[in-house]
Amino acid sequence: MLNALTLLVVCQFIGEVAARFLGLPLPGPVIGLIILLGLLIYRRGPNQELETTGNWLLRHFGLLFVPAGVGVINQIDALRENWLALVIAIPLSTLAGLATTALVMQHLDRAEDAPPGEKGD
Amino acid sequence: MEKIFHLWVYLETTPLLGLGITLVVWQVAVSLSSRLGNGPLANPMLLSVVILSSLLLGTGTPYSAYFQGAQYVHFLLGPATVALALPMYSNLSRIRRSARAIVPALMAGSLVAALSAMVLANLFGASHVVVMSLAPKSVTTPIAMGIAEQIGGQPSLAAVFVLITGLTAIMLIPTTMKLLRIRDMRAQGLAAGVAGHGLATARMLLVSETAGAFGGLAIGLNGVVTAILVPLLATFFAP
Repeated sequence: MLNALTLLVVCQFIGEVAARFLGLPLPGPVIGLIILLGLLIYRRGPNQELETTGNWLLRHFGLLFVPAGVGVINQIDALRENWLALVIAIPLSTLAGLATTALVMQHLDRAEDAPPGEKGD
Repeated sequence: MEKIFHLWVYLETTPLLGLGITLVVWQVAVSLSSRLGNGPLANPMLLSVVILSSLLLGTGTPYSAYFQGAQYVHFLLGPATVALALPMYSNLSRIRRSARAIVPALMAGSLVAALSAMVLANLFGASHVVVMSLAPKSVTTPIAMGIAEQIGGQPSLAAVFVLITGLTAIMLIPTTMKLLRIRDMRAQGLAAGVAGHGLATARMLLVSETAGAFGGLAIGLNGVVTAILVPLLATFFAP
């Protein structure tokens, strides 16, 4: 558990440093993800410990958003003043984003999986 | 009485209270939501935020005092994001095979999500700060806060919008995918990651590891696309 957690934190640390040093438009944890992925490819997979710890963290992803979410109590005025725009813009734009991504992906992926003769569906 | 007062003063200065209450409320919310049948509104995260916010407002505790302890939970967002490399690794060959579909789908979804949010919010009278804080709402919290700050939004407001968006995506995914006849878990996962970042991805991971892997990929790529795209879009919206 401790080894795996150390590895995850070190990957994130290198990511944060790289993001600031190189001025990358990527957040540190995402660069850390890329580093870990590279490491997994090099080592041909995670060990049991990393697998267990990583999946334990991923199972409780929702908990990790709670502290930031409680920050809503400092934003109540802004939410109250703009409630109509938010009630319309957030669900509709989320729906539009979901639908666009899924439709384009499914359409192109199907075209690619199909044998050459059937591509023009 | 004086003893209680001293105890309270002590507890307010240690991270113990904020950390402990977050974990306890989360456990309560998890059991509550499974008793409510895991419906879309019975989300343990939403329940926890509602319970904790009410507690803080009810006791007049400032958010900064709470966050002193809760920051240890918040910190784990980083390592957990790194851990998304695990489902991505197990689905590497699938991701490679779909690479040519992933890039256009991601760019289209990212553009539509950000632009429609900005246009709609602007149209329905949101202030400039709110429009700019909404623009990066589909990406993971740390990058959304950074983008919002850069284009004249409010980072903490952006964090709240990121969260509401993730919850909204979780609620919308099952019906949307059914209506659009999207059965492919790769497409569902990618859409969850593009429109609903880590929160929707983690939920998809419970359904399918493939969806989780494509979601994790989408979070990373969408972070890059949004960081480049949104500042450009922001120039069309005058303050």
